[in-house]
Amino acid sequence: MFGRIGSLAHGDVTKLSVEKLTRSFRDQHGRPLPILEGIDLYAGENEFVAIVGPSGCGKSTLFNIVAGLLLPDSGHVYMNGKDIKGTPGSVAYMMQKDLLLDWRTILENVTLGPELSGEPRPSFRNRARDLMRRFGLEGFESFYPSALSGGMRQRAALLRTVLCDKRVLLLDEPFGALDALTRAAMHVWLLDIWQDFRRTVLFITHDPEEAVFLSDRIYVLTSRPARVKGIVEVSLPRPRGHEIIGTLEFAQLKRRVLDLVWEEEARSLRSGPSECSGDMGDD
Amino acid sequence: MALVQPRDGSPKRPDEGLLVPALIFIGVLATWEILTRLLEIKPYLLPSPVLIVQTVLADWPTLFSNYRVTLSEILLGFVLAFVVAMALGIMIAHSSAFRRGVYPLIIASQTVPMIAVAPVLIIWFGYNIIPRVLVTALIAFFPLTVTTVTGFNAVEDDEVNLFRSMNGTRTQIFFKLSLPTALPFIFAGLKVSATLCVIGATVGEWIGADRGLGHLIVLDTAQFDTPRVFASILLLSISGVALFLIVSLFERIALPWRHGKQAPDYRSLFLPWRHFYASRTAATIPKKEV
Repeated sequence: MFGRIGSLAHGDVTKLSVEKLTRSFRDQHGRPLPILEGIDLYAGENEFVAIVGPSGCGKSTLFNIVAGLLLPDSGHVYMNGKDIKGTPGSVAYMMQKDLLLDWRTILENVTLGPELSGEPRPSFRNRARDLMRRFGLEGFESFYPSALSGGMRQRAALLRTVLCDKRVLLLDEPFGALDALTRAAMHVWLLDIWQDFRRTVLFITHDPEEAVFLSDRIYVLTSRPARVKGIVEVSLPRPRGHEIIGTLEFAQLKRRVLDLVWEEEARSLRSGPSECSGDMGDD
Repeated sequence: MALVQPRDGSPKRPDEGLLVPALIFIGVLATWEILTRLLEIKPYLLPSPVLIVQTVLADWPTLFSNYRVTLSEILLGFVLAFVVAMALGIMIAHSSAFRRGVYPLIIASQTVPMIAVAPVLIIWFGYNIIPRVLVTALIAFFPLTVTTVTGFNAVEDDEVNLFRSMNGTRTQIFFKLSLPTALPFIFAGLKVSATLCVIGATVGEWIGADRGLGHLIVLDTAQFDTPRVFASILLLSISGVALFLIVSLFERIALPWRHGKQAPDYRSLFLPWRHFYASRTAATIPKKEV
């Protein structure tokens, strides 16, 4: 089950690893509310790793910690052996909302990262202009985000994340708000882009099909407090097109993810809502 | 009758929105003029619009020397209100201690009638421009402070996290995120403050002044020189409208994203063929995909 036959580098240095990550918040009565409980996961160089879990289970908290925005109570986040917890700017982070800034043109929005890090304007402007076409944004350089459709906004947000020029990308349900058709088109497009750019990607989703289609490995999390419920290795060949969704292998993998999700669903229903009180829903 | 044909997609031109109010205004003036003539209303009761304009022209030297004083009070008060409101607004929005400790006091201070405070200010600062500017600023700073606080609070946590994830400094977050988010709110407050400044300066002069249009209104009322009272009112309201329009103009320049889908190309404003230029860029809007 854990043997990897993927077309990507395997058995190599771990690019990103999360070890025994634990974090709790306090509920409105000041009682500790555990969110993450001993999360272990790793993503190898240029791997696409999906994280699937029920909504509100703490996936976004996990990303906030990996991105260095939030400190864990215990545990570590290693990138190439270096602990990067609490140091923002080590990875590029795309949040659920596109967070395009209304007052900036698309070109100014996608180049926010290099602008903040003080890179000279002409250099990053040119880099961005070259990529605009690849991201289907050509001709919209001087437009404000209000002129864009939902799919274009997501692509602009992704381009902004890519232009941060980090080896690791965290994508938090980037296509969650899109309709099914746009979403399917975005999946193929994203894989296409990823083949070219070759980054390590951590991808949060609650859609098992999306997870299987995109990733090399899937971590299924339990509901709050989040633990790793199971790991599914996806050994589907790359490059992948939509036809792969009809294959038996795809169906079996999707089934395995769904089994884990359903098992968890049933367990959390039996144990009642006691652990789900409070208003810490962060995704 | 279609007075104005809105062009598809293009942002509204400023003159389109002014046509109807202008027509109503002219209609009111005409009715006023005709009624005062037909009913032979005495000028000291209600002067006709024509008489008011004649008074402005005839008494221009007196009016203007007083107007200059009032106008400087309005402008100084406006600037002072702006500076104070920005400082307070930023501190309240960024410090919870300030928000809890000072904001309620500022709100409570609005229950103090400024007309009652003005004489005290004269006792403190003397018979000069300072108390009048202070009254103007005191009346005008409050709405601007409230909108400034609202504006800075409109920044979302996720947006701050976006900047932090890109290693943005506090200064960068302030100038590239908080300030642009707050600007539309600040301009809304500035428009309210601009009109309040005219009221503030006039009230300040009623309480105690030896010059200014407010002072002149008090003198002229005592002498039943109603046409000149109206002449002063005309000048004051023109100043209020002008200040409002100037703020609106700055707003348009500072917030181009509120008025169109595309960043304006300011170079084209300086070209004589800018209309051609504008229509051409509008025609080449690329098609949305996906």
